[in-house]
Amino acid sequence: MANRPQPSFPEPDTQHFWEGCKAGELRYQTDADGNVVFYPRGHSTVTGDRDLTWHVSAGLGTVYTYSVVRQNRMPGFQELGAYAVAYIDLDEGFRMMSTVVGVDNPVTDIHIGQRVQVEFEEQDGDDAYPVPVFRPV
Amino acid sequence: MAQERLAAIAGIHEYPLRVAPGVSSMQIKADSMKRALDDAGLDWGDVDGLYDALDGEGGGGLGLAAYLGIKPRLLDTTQVGGSSYEFHASHALRDIAAGRCNVAVTTYGSTAATQRTPIGTGGLGRGGASWQQNMESPYGSTLISNYAMVAHRHMHEYGTTTEQLAQISVATRKHAMRNPEAVKAMTDLQFVKVDEITVEDVLESRIIADPLHLLECCMISDGGGAAVFVSPEIARDIKKKPVWIIGAGEATKYRENNGDITTSAGAQSAPAAFAQAGVTPDEIDIAMIYDSFSITVAVMLEDLGFCAKGEVGEFINDGHLAFDQPGLTLNTDGGGLSSNHPGMRGLFLLLESVRQLRGESTSQVDGAKLAVAHGNGGLLGGTHTGGTVILAAD
Repeated sequence: MANRPQPSFPEPDTQHFWEGCKAGELRYQTDADGNVVFYPRGHSTVTGDRDLTWHVSAGLGTVYTYSVVRQNRMPGFQELGAYAVAYIDLDEGFRMMSTVVGVDNPVTDIHIGQRVQVEFEEQDGDDAYPVPVFRPV
Repeated sequence: MAQERLAAIAGIHEYPLRVAPGVSSMQIKADSMKRALDDAGLDWGDVDGLYDALDGEGGGGLGLAAYLGIKPRLLDTTQVGGSSYEFHASHALRDIAAGRCNVAVTTYGSTAATQRTPIGTGGLGRGGASWQQNMESPYGSTLISNYAMVAHRHMHEYGTTTEQLAQISVATRKHAMRNPEAVKAMTDLQFVKVDEITVEDVLESRIIADPLHLLECCMISDGGGAAVFVSPEIARDIKKKPVWIIGAGEATKYRENNGDITTSAGAQSAPAAFAQAGVTPDEIDIAMIYDSFSITVAVMLEDLGFCAKGEVGEFINDGHLAFDQPGLTLNTDGGGLSSNHPGMRGLFLLLESVRQLRGESTSQVDGAKLAVAHGNGGLLGGTHTGGTVILAAD
């Protein structure tokens, strides 16, 4: 269990993504021409068209870049110790902010190009949305 | 080619204190406007254009004019983070050339240090539902870690090292030690060591967010200032020599699927500015670049065209960024790293450019004729803006 900040709703662009997290699915969109749209939105960022299709990612990706936060003044993160923030490039062609978990030392055990797999981290609270995080494979 | 001289900076003021308890941001803005007008030899009632970055308690163009007690015929509330003031200079060039105003002012006031605002470490986007916050707030990203992600990728792709990036901090501190206001800033903000620093000092300072060290991060201070933009007709009769705005460019960039995080919006704004100015990067004497962090300057030196993408490490490693070395000179006021950073540093890039082109800097480059001011607003590794302004001596 963890106590990360939760998404806030109503927020029509991202609701379906987060419902996917409850279903154990990492969801993304494409437009009619096959362009990947992410973060989730109501329109194609290439054409402006609104006829988007939802898909479920296999959840496999690569660390594009990361930083290990050593100092922060944020409620909910101050007790964590050093933790990673990363951009993950999913194999389906979208980039998301996330974190890398399951390493002994984030300073030495995470690297750019590392292959990672999504998992859904349960959060404190009734009906909380699980948060997609990544673990090295 | 002959440069078009359509608008100039006629007066400037930098609020001298970096810790200013008991003073509001609005008071800093009004005081700075008066002193900048005095610097130009212009009057309060001459102001007919107002640019504002929505800072302080003013409410932007809607509220600032009322506070100041003026009725401008041009109002522009452009808020694009720390680059707002480069955008204001860009808009002033456009608006004055179009005859929409003759004496325009932009002001800045902030009490970030007195209020102990955790700009770099306080986390991004707490509260409020938005399409972007909902996707990013669960991960505890800080402003510093966002820029640090750019540094990591730059190091990975090009072999850039902290030793190389540290040259930016070293040169900037050297300039700061020559600027009495910067020395007072570092003293008032209780810097551990108010002195010149070495590459080793940077390497030995603690890491805030890998790979960025403390001495690669800007300070958080109070402060502010103002700049007065005027038409060529007004510029003929001011107290000091005008500094001409000869080119400007604006751009934005954001997290993109398969995007290149090591290239900033500056790669779009700078070519536009240089093209309008009719000059090339190798003609520039002074680079005033928003040094929120070492990596910000490194990326901009590439994107502004001073060296090729990926080659900044070699470009800066000889220490030539200091004012007393041949070659391009950087941030002669001491920068955000060592002089002031109240949150949006873009204004100070214009102010020190003007000082250099007037011959008034505390780290003066002899015969400086051309300066570039480049502001970066928002998050270098996420949504950000780039504003480039080319300035020429009279």
